[in-house]
Parts: sequence; structure tokens; C-alpha cells
Amino acid sequence: MSSTAAVAVHGAHAEPHAPGFWRTYIFSEDHKMIGKQFLFMALFMMAIGGLMAMLMRWELAWPETQVPGFHWVPEPFMYEGAIPPNTYNAMFTMHATIMIFFVVMPILVGCFGNFLIPLMIGARDMAFPKLNMLSFWTGAVAGVILLSSFFVTGGPAAAGWTSYAPLSAVPIYTGVDWGQNLWCISIIVLGASSLMGSINYITTIINMRTKGMYFFRLPLTIWSLFITAILLLLALPVLTTAIALLLFDRLGGTHFFLPAGGGEPLLWQHLFWFFGHPEVYIMILPAMGIASDVISTFSRKPIFGYRAMAYAMIAIAGLSWIVWGHHMFVSGMDPVLGSGFMITTMIIGVPSAIKTFNWLGTLYKGNIHYTTAMMNALAFVAMFVIGGLSGIWMACTPVDMYIHDTYFIVAHIHYVLFGGSLFGVFAGITYWYPKMFGRMMNERLGKIHFWITFVSFNCTFFPMHILGMAGHMRRIYNPQQYDFLKPIIPINEFISISAFVLGAAQFLLLANIIWSYFKGAKATENPWHANTLEWTTPSPPPHGNWPGTVPIVYRGPYEYSSPEVAEDYLPQSQLIEHHRDAADRRSR
Amino acid sequence: MLEYLYFPHDISTFGPQIDWLFELIFWIVLVVWTAVMITMVVFMIRYRARPGRKAEYIEGNSRLEIIWTTATAAILIVLAFMSRSTWADIKEHGPPGQVFYAVTGKQFNWEFTYPGPDGKLGTKDDIIVENELHVPVNKVVRVDLTSKDVIHSFYIPNMRLRQDAVPGRIIHVWFEATETGQYEIPCSQLCGFGHSGMKGNLTVESQEDFDKWLKDLYANPPAPPSATEGASPK
Repeated sequence: MSSTAAVAVHGAHAEPHAPGFWRTYIFSEDHKMIGKQFLFMALFMMAIGGLMAMLMRWELAWPETQVPGFHWVPEPFMYEGAIPPNTYNAMFTMHATIMIFFVVMPILVGCFGNFLIPLMIGARDMAFPKLNMLSFWTGAVAGVILLSSFFVTGGPAAAGWTSYAPLSAVPIYTGVDWGQNLWCISIIVLGASSLMGSINYITTIINMRTKGMYFFRLPLTIWSLFITAILLLLALPVLTTAIALLLFDRLGGTHFFLPAGGGEPLLWQHLFWFFGHPEVYIMILPAMGIASDVISTFSRKPIFGYRAMAYAMIAIAGLSWIVWGHHMFVSGMDPVLGSGFMITTMIIGVPSAIKTFNWLGTLYKGNIHYTTAMMNALAFVAMFVIGGLSGIWMACTPVDMYIHDTYFIVAHIHYVLFGGSLFGVFAGITYWYPKMFGRMMNERLGKIHFWITFVSFNCTFFPMHILGMAGHMRRIYNPQQYDFLKPIIPINEFISISAFVLGAAQFLLLANIIWSYFKGAKATENPWHANTLEWTTPSPPPHGNWPGTVPIVYRGPYEYSSPEVAEDYLPQSQLIEHHRDAADRRSR
Repeated sequence: MLEYLYFPHDISTFGPQIDWLFELIFWIVLVVWTAVMITMVVFMIRYRARPGRKAEYIEGNSRLEIIWTTATAAILIVLAFMSRSTWADIKEHGPPGQVFYAVTGKQFNWEFTYPGPDGKLGTKDDIIVENELHVPVNKVVRVDLTSKDVIHSFYIPNMRLRQDAVPGRIIHVWFEATETGQYEIPCSQLCGFGHSGMKGNLTVESQEDFDKWLKDLYANPPAPPSATEGASPK
């Protein structure tokens, strides 16, 4: 079944044709180009989101002073370089919205999903190439809509990325009018883009696997993207619905979230977090998959507990639907319900722990090669452990009553989303760059970027736990307005200086991506001696992915240091004699 | 400096329970984190690549999987039930109130409603004071919390108390201060451009001082806050 589909697609691609510039680079239907388009869009948005973070850090360390170099920004956004409160609120709103919806999701799901799924399952393209193209361009339109909100009267949305009603539902409460409407429209449009992508991923993975690529022979990256696509398909419509109701409240005079007309503010929070918690896992699962592949490859060992890893991801995805209330312990929700959510939240820690122990098990008795990709993947594990463990305090309802809405939460989310997802992204980019662009990245520059990022990341976000314990509220513009926060001003300054280093270090990544594209050493077919199918075709792969026939799969993706062969790797598609006997021997 | 690297000084009756849970989790987390990191670093050094060596082919170990799954689940579920009882003490039961107030959040002030000379809330002689909350020490204070416009959050760091104030709902909270002094009541939920700096002052005083202050308040009630204030961003 899957092979006939592959043959049919192959036939379509076999006709000689040279698509022009527009069809190759702009309106491409090739999943590899679409993946790259998502990557470049996300890197561009990362620069904007990062700049917002830098401005926020200036404000928090040296409140109500002029930001050097920003005198040119017109009023009312800045006053001779000084940031007014509403601009500050707009900045953290846009920072989070951009980083979540236009950086982490497009890279992890859009870029790696598109680029890797057909190559790793042995398909010539996605199931629906046109839909794939439409998905990217819909996402790009969403990005343009969001960025256009910087130029409307009142500025961009300033109600937080969580957009709690009624603050977000009535223009006079924030003073932002069309900025918030455009935020709503942008996320609805992005939701459509994500839906198209997820339908495509699910269909492709179910129907287009090459011969022998059973589900339990899929690389964990593909498992993670498959589960993520299912979460996206089910979660995004809830957010779209909630935002549509919010837009009706803003533009149509309805009162879904406004108590004055019989509405209920907590309805927004339930809908938002019902989407929002699966969303958290949408942003971490693909990074877990990438880390698993990278760690196995460079440990030269099978991933420890392959099936446990896959089942743990399925468990995380399932449980993610029944933990949303832990964002609402102090919202006024019934405290008995809070206890229920506390228990489900504690339980979701179990599959996360299983994954961590299995990554450690993979290192055990390995032969570990410290490439840049491996170092980023190991950093992912270490930072994910911190982010996961700090979640226990938040799950504990009485403790959450104190640390809720403080910098403790900000520290936690950045350990998971930056320490977790972004180190996963760095690992993925450095690992697959040769396949994407046909050139090796500069290892030395990569390692310098890694070390500066790793150290400054921890200097930036670890002290935020201490700020949170001291009671430092999040989303405040000037901590020095509070007597009880005055003693921790030096910590805020230290964090900001670290954050500037962290921000500046990302230019090294950008420089490496650009430099290597032109000057990097030519990449061979399989530079890492890896097992999965994408390494069985030239770098970069041609249109249709394999110049000849699509490879056939004989074994799982992690047969490193197998006793059956002399080399320390055994590609999924390599036929060896007696492999049937060997399989029988193992299963006995 | 060092004393500020921890929680603010606790002055509530339930604070010690919360701090205890925090510390319990801290020690669990510290042990787990240290064990994981030491294991990881030892493996990273010991099994670094050396020429001519091949990694050992190990696919997994079901017994280990079962051990670490059960152990993690056991610790987390025990923690959940321990937290559950503290949570129920604070949020579900709580002692009967001795002093009663209504607290209303609005952009960007707290309105504290004191019962008038009749001692009852919700009558005509109630007095509203902006941003000044006086409570007697060692008395159970019960508050009816609500909001006029957007969601605010009633937060007293020194009490370990936080509760969102939601428009259209009245939420009951209670606390009992164990020490006199001056404390701050920030808003901890984003409520608009004036969110930062929205704060009330909490004065915990002896019963005599409190009675004296209340008498002065009855004698010279402040003008009621104007109706147009609040939801009027520029």
C-alpha cells in the first residue's frame, strides 16, 4: 500500500522538468524547500522576538531610563528611548506570541516536520504537496498580520500572550484597539496553517512509509512529530474557537467573557489552557525526538528503551489533555477541582522522567562523540531536567498559590522552552544542516556558540527562580516600585547583562548558518555515519528525494554498534546476509 | 543580601505549611537533580569516544524501566496527597472569620470596604478606603474579593496569599496575621498599563491600635471614590 503510493508519486516526479525560480524558491511544493522556508521565517521572527526580550531586560534592570540607541523610536512607543508601560506590556505580549507561534512551532514542526518526515520514512514528498505550500504561505500571512499590528494606532496587543479576558475583550481596558484584533486574526490564520500541516503530517506518516518501515521502526523524531501533529489537529481548533469568541466580544458586542452581559471570564481561561497545555507539549515533543536521534547517533548506541520512549510520548500527549487546570489554581476555580488537576499534573511527570532516564541509559557504555549537535542535545537533556523538576513546585497547589504569576514561572517556562526546545532546535539544525544545504557547519564556531549560549542562558534564567521566591511578580514594568523587591535589584541587573550576552551570542549561530552555506566543507551522503533513511541519499537530496528507487527498510533506526557488522552503524536500508537469522536469534 | 535570596518574612498562620512543602520539594528535587547530573557527567567522561573502541550494544532493560517508572510515580503521588491536605486546610475549610471586609480590584487601585459603625458589611454606612488595609493581629480576617473591571490578583507576599479577583464573582479568602507591621499588597495579574505600581498597603496592628484607627475612620470618613475612576485608560 505504502509502496504503491510511493511509486505513484515517483512517477509524477520522474518526468524531466526544471521548475523556474518562483516554483523552486517561492511557491515550492517540495517539502524540503518548504521546510527551509519555515526555518528562515522563524529565524527572522526570532530576531524580532529576541529584540523585544532585550528591551524588556533593559527596562527591568534600569527602569524608566533611556535605552541606549533607541532615541529614534517615535512617540508614543518610546519617549526619547524610554519605554512607557503600555509599550512594555506590548513587548512581553509580542515576545511570547512571536517566540511560541512564529519561532518554536515553525522550526520544530514546520521546518523539521516538513524536511524530515518524507526523508526519514522513505517517501518522495508529503501526501499533499499543494496543501503543504498553502500551509507555509498561510503561516507567512499570519506573520505579516501580526507584524502589521506594530504600525496601527494604539500599538500591538498588550494583554499578554494568554490574552486573559476581560482585559483583552474590551479596547479601553488596555488602550489597544486594532492591535489586539490583528493579534486575534493572526493567530486564527496561523491556526489554519497549522491544521493544514498537521493533516499532511498525519496522512503522510500513516500512508507513505516505505516498504518495511513499520511504526516501531520509525525514528523517534518521526514518532514525536506524528504525536505532535495529532495534538495540533485537536488543540488548535479550541484556540481558534476561543479567539473567535473574543473577537465577537471586541467587535460584535457579544458578552462571552464579559460578566456585565452574563459572560464568564474564566471560560476564556478554560478554553485557552485546554489548548495551551497540549501546546506546551507540541513545543517540546519534537525536541525530545530530535534529542533522541542525536544522542543515539553520537553515543553510537541504540536508544535505550525505544518502545518505552515512544509510549512515554504517547502518555505525555494523552495526559496533556487533562492537566490544563494547573494554570488556574488561583483563578477562582473550585479548589476541589484544583486538587484533581494537581494529581494529573504530578502523574504527567512520570513519562517525562522515563524519557530522561532512557537518555542517560543511552549514554551508558557508549562511545560518545562530542559534536556541536551532541553538545546541544545533551544540554537539552540537562536543561529539560531542571525545567521539569521546577514544575513539581507549580503542580503542588499550596506552593503554587505563592509562586504563581512570579518569576519562578518565567524561569520554569524558559528552562523548558529555551533550555528545552531551543537547544533541541540548535541540535537539530547542526545535525541536519549538511542534509539541508549540502555543506558542513563550522564545528568550532558551533561550539563557541554553544558554550556562550549555555552559560549565559543559565545565568539569565536560573536567578529568576530566586526572584520568584522573593515574590517578584511577572509582567511588571518597574520592580523598583515595590519596597519588598528593592533588595533584589542587583539580581535583576545581573540577569539583564547575561541576557544581552545570550542575545548577542545568537548572531554566532546566524553567522555560522550563512558562512557555512557558502564556505562550509561539502557534505557527503552520510557524514555522521547515521542509520536513518535521510542519510542514504545525496546531500542535499534531489527533487523526489532519492535519485534511484526508494530504499527498503530492514530494521529499526538505532542499530549502532550492532554485533552483526564490523562498523559501528547499520543503516535501516542496508541488506546484510543472515539478517533474518540474526533477528530470530535476538527475538529468542 | 543573603536573607533576600529566600521567601519574604512570613507573618501568616498557613505560611509555615506552604514553606515546609516548598522545602520538602526542594530536597527531593536537589537529590534527584544531583543524582541525574552526576550520572550524566560520569557517563559523559567515562564513555567518551576513543579510537578503536566500539560501544556496547544495549537496547534497553525492562526491569530498570519498571523500577524508575514506579519510583517516580510513588514519589509524585505521595507528594500530591500531602499537598492535597494543606490545600484543603487553606482553601476548603479554614477557621471561622472574626473580621470581615470586602476587597474590590479596579484599574489601578484596591478598594477596601470596611463595615460601618453597625459592624455589618453591605449596609449603607460601609466605608471605602483606597489602598489602605488595616487588620488586627491574630484575628481571622475574611475577605469577599471581587473586581470592577478586569482580573486582578490579591497578593500578600508576606502572607503567602494569592487569589485572583474576578469581575462578576465574589471569591472568599481568609488570612490571619501573626505579627504587626507594614506590608505591601501588589496586584499580581496583568491588568493593563497601570498594572505595575498597583499596590495597597497592609497595616497589621494590635487590637487597641486597630480600634483607635477605626474610630478615626468613622469620625473622618474619606470621600467615596469617584465612579468614573477605574476603567479610564488614557
